[in-house]
Amino acid sequence: MKTFKIGGVHPEENKLSAAEPIRLAPLPQVAVLPVSQHIGAPAKPVVDKGDKVKVGQVIAEAGGFVSAPVHSSVSGTVLKIDSVIDASGYAKPAVFIQVEGDEWEESIDRSEQLVRLEELPGLTGKDIVAKIQSAGIVGMGGACFPTHVKLSPPPGSKIEWIIINAVECEPYLTADHRLMLEHADEILVGVSLLMRAVDVNKAFVAIENNKPDAIELMTQKARIYPGIEVVPLQVKYPQGGEKQLIDAVVNRQVPAPPALPASVGAVIQNVGTAFAVYQAVMKDKPLFERVVTVTGKSLARPSNLLVRMGTPMSQLIDECGGLPENTGKIIGGGPMMGKALLNVEVPICKGSSGVLIMDEKEARRSRPNPCIRCGKCVAACPMGLEPYLLADGAAHEMWDMLEANAVTSCIECGSCQFTCPSHRPLLDYVRMGKSTVTGIIKSRT
Amino acid sequence: MNTIVLAVCVLGAAGLILASVLYVVSRKFAVKEDPRLGEVSAILPGANCGGCGFPGCSAMASACVRAADKGSLEDLSCPVGGMEIMNKVAAVLGMEAIADETPRIAVVCCNGSCENRRQIREYDGVQTCRIAHATSMGTTACAYGCLGCGDCVSKCQFGGLSMNAETGMPEVDATLCTACGACAKACPRGLIEIRPVTHELTGMVVRCRNKDKGVQAKNACDVSCIGCKLCVKKCESNAITVEDNVARIDAALCTLCGKCEQACPRKSIQKIGEWDTPQEMPAEENPVTETITTKNKAQ
Repeated sequence: MKTFKIGGVHPEENKLSAAEPIRLAPLPQVAVLPVSQHIGAPAKPVVDKGDKVKVGQVIAEAGGFVSAPVHSSVSGTVLKIDSVIDASGYAKPAVFIQVEGDEWEESIDRSEQLVRLEELPGLTGKDIVAKIQSAGIVGMGGACFPTHVKLSPPPGSKIEWIIINAVECEPYLTADHRLMLEHADEILVGVSLLMRAVDVNKAFVAIENNKPDAIELMTQKARIYPGIEVVPLQVKYPQGGEKQLIDAVVNRQVPAPPALPASVGAVIQNVGTAFAVYQAVMKDKPLFERVVTVTGKSLARPSNLLVRMGTPMSQLIDECGGLPENTGKIIGGGPMMGKALLNVEVPICKGSSGVLIMDEKEARRSRPNPCIRCGKCVAACPMGLEPYLLADGAAHEMWDMLEANAVTSCIECGSCQFTCPSHRPLLDYVRMGKSTVTGIIKSRT
Repeated sequence: MNTIVLAVCVLGAAGLILASVLYVVSRKFAVKEDPRLGEVSAILPGANCGGCGFPGCSAMASACVRAADKGSLEDLSCPVGGMEIMNKVAAVLGMEAIADETPRIAVVCCNGSCENRRQIREYDGVQTCRIAHATSMGTTACAYGCLGCGDCVSKCQFGGLSMNAETGMPEVDATLCTACGACAKACPRGLIEIRPVTHELTGMVVRCRNKDKGVQAKNACDVSCIGCKLCVKKCESNAITVEDNVARIDAALCTLCGKCEQACPRKSIQKIGEWDTPQEMPAEENPVTETITTKNKAQ
């Protein structure tokens, strides 16, 4: 079975909520919508205090090409434009909306009926990209890169394939898994739309082998969609990384940054993004809700919830049985790449794939011991780097050495730290080194 | 016996030939170094702290020599050695040192001690300010204040900074601080300022950098500046400005009247340097009182 060739680890899967159907989360009382839910320029608010808004209405316009508009996820009155602590751990400007009822924009098609691509023969690639851009769709795997930018590859690069990332290699998370089981047809129409948008006739849907039901269902459904092939992959973290996925599926290697996946002919999209594309293009529904896995060993009822953006995480935790007494950390995202949150009022954003509750024992960091030169981190690094060396270099501020050893290629997957028998905080140092070196490289130009 | 003689002859001859080659090469390819460079390097303190703005003392020495060739030692100063060292350097180079009598000192512009600023969450990551800053806003409600991991203390080569275990904040020792600026560079939140102190090592400082609006700043810390501008109104010498919701006092204009300190409802304005006045400190043991530079020269 296919997988990527260099490094990788296999953490305990803990897919506690895999059998839980997606439930509708209740509406929040106040929705808090940060204007920067994506990579790139923050969106500019276009509503004022006291304005009435409907579900799906634009409340902040894109602040540039690499940016995305933000739509209201609820109907009600704008309370204020203030700052809120988001998943990054810092306060960011956000629009606060007092929820009143649930009134949607009339243009949104709320029916469950599937619209196939054949029903809209006149739809061109440009139309699709324009609709994706105006719907505010960003990469929903967590990176939040605006999708329309990914679908506009730089001139000169020839796109051959779309690869749909449905591997969900992070432990605990099951949102994509459930989405495939419950909305397979919509996803496949979304993939067809993405294929038309970049004008290719081949797409792969990559699913890890720990989701056999999804592989079976998607393979069976994909038969009637021309050019879409389901590729089962061996379970290995970080297979969801763009470069690792391209290596695993089509056996090509993306060169070091600033090269993009487009340079080897591939465009990667998350399976959640494909679903959002279907809803945006076929149902005129902008991106204002997503599936979030709320999970944890100590949580009473791990679940997959369909959540409106801006819902505070505390409400989702209450929906799943309340915050356990012995909670040590609340992680936004999965356990490998997620971030510990500062409080439970952090709102769900476009890139929030999960909320993970860790009890005190799980959350405790082990005391670091000296490096024993075992080389496990080097073997685990999926980018072929030497994490022990980079971490040491960063601690001693040897920026030239870090640059020479390709610290900017690090994808921050945390495999090195996960595998380290001395519990050294390798990723913390490497990440600090990477951001410093990136800053130095930028300052040169 | 023959073997020994042969060995001595062969090695001796080889040694002689190689030695003459080395001699010729060393003469022919000798690098001519300015003799003044060595002399200036010998005078400089050799701390390689970077306070002068150059990567180390030898780079500073070559900068001095280059500047002497151009005719002026303007903009060159060694914060560690002070006027004394620069006078010696100037004597070697046959120049005159340009004096700036403004003493400088590192000031920690945050007063968010454990008492003033409550810890509301834990941080169990690497105990380095840089990483703590990149990870999140920290363990308190203030996203601008001191993180308390002591990056500044570990960067100080002169023992001028120490961590106060009670307050959890770094403290500057005015007798040891050379104002080299290494701590200011190390602080990821830019809380350490190298300030000219015009009134005998004493100055008025707003010890807060919180840019949040009033209410938020107030909730974050007991001694945060809320940008209320009361100090601006009270100041008779127009030394205070408020930008980004934080007041700043221009040391050059401040007359040390203390009205701002009394007016501040948040107690974020403090008189610094009262821990040691020049009277208590013998002049020769105080390297801060005399530094030379023309940068930011006080009016």
